Amino acid sequence: MVLFTVIRESINLGTAFLFGSTGETITEKSGHLNLGIPGIMCMGALGGCYGVSLYLRGMDPASINGFALFIYAVFFSMLFAMATGAIYAFLTVALRCNQNVTGLTVTTFGVGCSKYFIKNVDTTNFNYASESLRQLFPFASDMNEFWQIFFGHGALVYLSVIVALVTAFVFKKTRVGLHLRSIGENPAAADAAGINVTKYKYCAILIGSAIAGLGGLFYIMDRLKGTWEYNVDAIGWLAVALVIFTMWRPDLSILGSFFFGLLSVLSGYVSFLPTQILELFPYLVTIVVLIVTSVLDSKENQPPAALGLAYFREER
Amino acid sequence: MEREVALEMRGVSKFFGQVVANKNVDLTVYKGEILAVLGENGSGKTTLMNMIAGIYFPDEGQTFVNGEEAVIRSPQDAFKYKIGMIHQHFKLVDVFDAAQNITLGVKTPPAPANGKNAFTRFFSKIGHRLQSGLYRKKEVAAEVKKIADKYGFEIDPKKKIYDMSVSEKQTVEIVKVLYRGANILILDEPTAVLTPQETEKLFSVLRKMKEDGKSIVIITHKLNEVLAISDRVAVLRKGESVGTIETKDADENKLTELMVGKKISLNIERSAPVNPEDRLEIKGLNLKNHEGVKVLDDVSFTAKSGEILGIAGIAGSGQKELLEAIAGLQTLQSGDMIFHNPKKDKPVTFFHKTLRRVKELAQEGAFRYENGETVDFTGMSDKQIKDLVNEGKVLFKEDEIIDLKDKTPLQIRELGIRLSFVPEDRLGMGLVGNMDIVDNMMLRSYRKGKSMFVDRSRPGKLADEIIGELEVVTPSSHTPVRRLSGGNVQKVLVGREIASAPKVLMAAYPVRGLDINSSYTIYNLLNKQKENGAAVIFVGEDLDVLIELCDRILVIGSGKVTGIVDGRTADKSEIGLLMTKTKKTAEESVKEAAV
Repeated sequence: MVLFTVIRESINLGTAFLFGSTGETITEKSGHLNLGIPGIMCMGALGGCYGVSLYLRGMDPASINGFALFIYAVFFSMLFAMATGAIYAFLTVALRCNQNVTGLTVTTFGVGCSKYFIKNVDTTNFNYASESLRQLFPFASDMNEFWQIFFGHGALVYLSVIVALVTAFVFKKTRVGLHLRSIGENPAAADAAGINVTKYKYCAILIGSAIAGLGGLFYIMDRLKGTWEYNVDAIGWLAVALVIFTMWRPDLSILGSFFFGLLSVLSGYVSFLPTQILELFPYLVTIVVLIVTSVLDSKENQPPAALGLAYFREER
Repeated sequence: MEREVALEMRGVSKFFGQVVANKNVDLTVYKGEILAVLGENGSGKTTLMNMIAGIYFPDEGQTFVNGEEAVIRSPQDAFKYKIGMIHQHFKLVDVFDAAQNITLGVKTPPAPANGKNAFTRFFSKIGHRLQSGLYRKKEVAAEVKKIADKYGFEIDPKKKIYDMSVSEKQTVEIVKVLYRGANILILDEPTAVLTPQETEKLFSVLRKMKEDGKSIVIITHKLNEVLAISDRVAVLRKGESVGTIETKDADENKLTELMVGKKISLNIERSAPVNPEDRLEIKGLNLKNHEGVKVLDDVSFTAKSGEILGIAGIAGSGQKELLEAIAGLQTLQSGDMIFHNPKKDKPVTFFHKTLRRVKELAQEGAFRYENGETVDFTGMSDKQIKDLVNEGKVLFKEDEIIDLKDKTPLQIRELGIRLSFVPEDRLGMGLVGNMDIVDNMMLRSYRKGKSMFVDRSRPGKLADEIIGELEVVTPSSHTPVRRLSGGNVQKVLVGREIASAPKVLMAAYPVRGLDINSSYTIYNLLNKQKENGAAVIFVGEDLDVLIELCDRILVIGSGKVTGIVDGRTADKSEIGLLMTKTKKTAEESVKEAAV
């Protein structure tokens, strides 16, 4: 049935958004608006491709070990993304640069850098690698379309949901989450309470970047089957929008990402609306959410109060 | 009996750039006592306390806790020495509940590992560590309740901060400090935001803590509270400690004298006012801020031309709001601001008046011709009236009376009522840091001129004039204001407002943070305006300056006028007492005066 295929596809594409938005949410909870996420996702994709090609070097495609390949791809993807995030972190935390400007610069850097260096990556046999990353459960290929919704994905899809759930748990139930949120809300209060603000900020930005980088890896190696056809940064901007759409909640983000995925894949199945209009929908619903939340003026569903502001203790 | 010393500071100094916040301060706090730290605005009380709490690090001097030298570099260090500070501006996370704020940043060590062999011990260790990382609402709420009951606080651990009143927030701050096991509590002006009933409640809690053996340092400038709660009083003046006395030996006069010091002669020139006329009449001004708190309470006074009216008061007593109200930046609850525009014998213009208004005034007989005949427009066409007025043949008989209440801020400014306010961060109001001096001049003149392009030559000339006359140290008039030193920024700000020959000049803290020479330049500027016949309103912090510069001094306390004194005969402790008067005593003194 087409409906089941559409749902499966939505969930599949949504994974890229989910990684990106989870990473961005973690960063934003520390009070840092990281507009470098699209660039960081590009670098994550580049890192993933580099890791895959490192694993594949001189290897017969028939002898690919899915697990080892996964580890290579994920490790290098996170490493590259983290390194790019570290630039942002150093500029905004240590040097207290303007976060918007720095973020946009990091995006420009990441997009350009990844496009240039991907040419140097040996992409032979990437289609075989992508195939082994796309299928976690070998038995799923024998199942009908309905069960494919649940089992017909690669490991990264399941990983993204787990990461989002763990993040939501950490925010809600642990002291670390409480501390992180307090820094995003009122760094002076957190500092006065004895929390190491700088350490938390660095950790949040680096971990957030690493997770976002996996979104880029997923998009290239799983979604696009190992080719660099479309721009990864477009996914990144949608991920940033998704953070606002789900009001800084990673658990809601799971559903939100599937919804954004649905809006994005619909253009392939619906003919009565032009593709361009359909692609506009995620941004439209984000604007609607922004309007609704600001009209409701609830104190809970607002961005972290200190988002975008640099913190310096001895400021008078 | 020898008392035990809890905390001692020896020769502590702190500088912010060239500004001395604290110089060579000694302070001793004993166990089980309440020490009041008293001082005027800017006397360095808060800076000193921030150094104990680890917000600032002292540039010189040593701190001793329980007899051992302590290096307090951060709030964490302060907690280690069991020091906790309740800041004047609460450091609370709005979207968290009370319990979350109280326990924020407190690490509970994981329970020790148990188990029969290394394997089970390993897992038990991980388990306990994970457990200690969890935030458990019920346990935390119970602990908070325990502390609250011990000292008699009323607190709901589940209430969100944004739903709380100021007094509840303060309670959360105090419990937060106690939860960390603090033995030395510092409270920065805790009563400034409380009602008398809440203050009484707070004091009874503080007394209970004192009985419990805790040391409490309370910063305040309300003398009656000092006498009511403290055991000893340490007085700071201009960043230096001037002495510590036992409260039982102190009274209000003695404390005021210590606080404001002996009169220092500054030799500021002061000429006698030349035929002063009422220029600005303020009648019964009432103003509430956006939180609904009364900031101006029935304020009435008159500013006269050719004199400097000083405004003295503790910071935040409503000075800023008063000036903003006059400048048209506040929405008043009630009150009138009558401006006497010095128009007598001057030609009538259409600058602020429509043709209809001019006709109305003429009917009332407000205008005269050059030969003294009263103007009567009857029978004239609009064109004829316009021509007559534009040729300057119609003159005012008396000064024009204007109620500023119905005017926009722009209109008020065009009438010649100028406000130059120097906030603590200097660039916060009136100047744009990234723009150069010329562009900042243009902020006042960009509407002038007829073409669609702005006129840059006149502001350029004005900038050069100000640089020359006020000796502004700058590479050129095209240097961003941000890069100038504080004094020069202030000269530019005051200079711009003076340049338009204002009829009322309001200068708030124009010498804030300036060195002596720059301060005198500003005083001379104000004196010159006074000689030119402007009504100058000067809000100052330094009582010595107010007494030497101003002809009359209006003292304001908690939004009320507590007295108007003559600058030539006033003495410091008189003003100091008026400043520190609380609402209640102000009412009492009115009653006494009536009797």
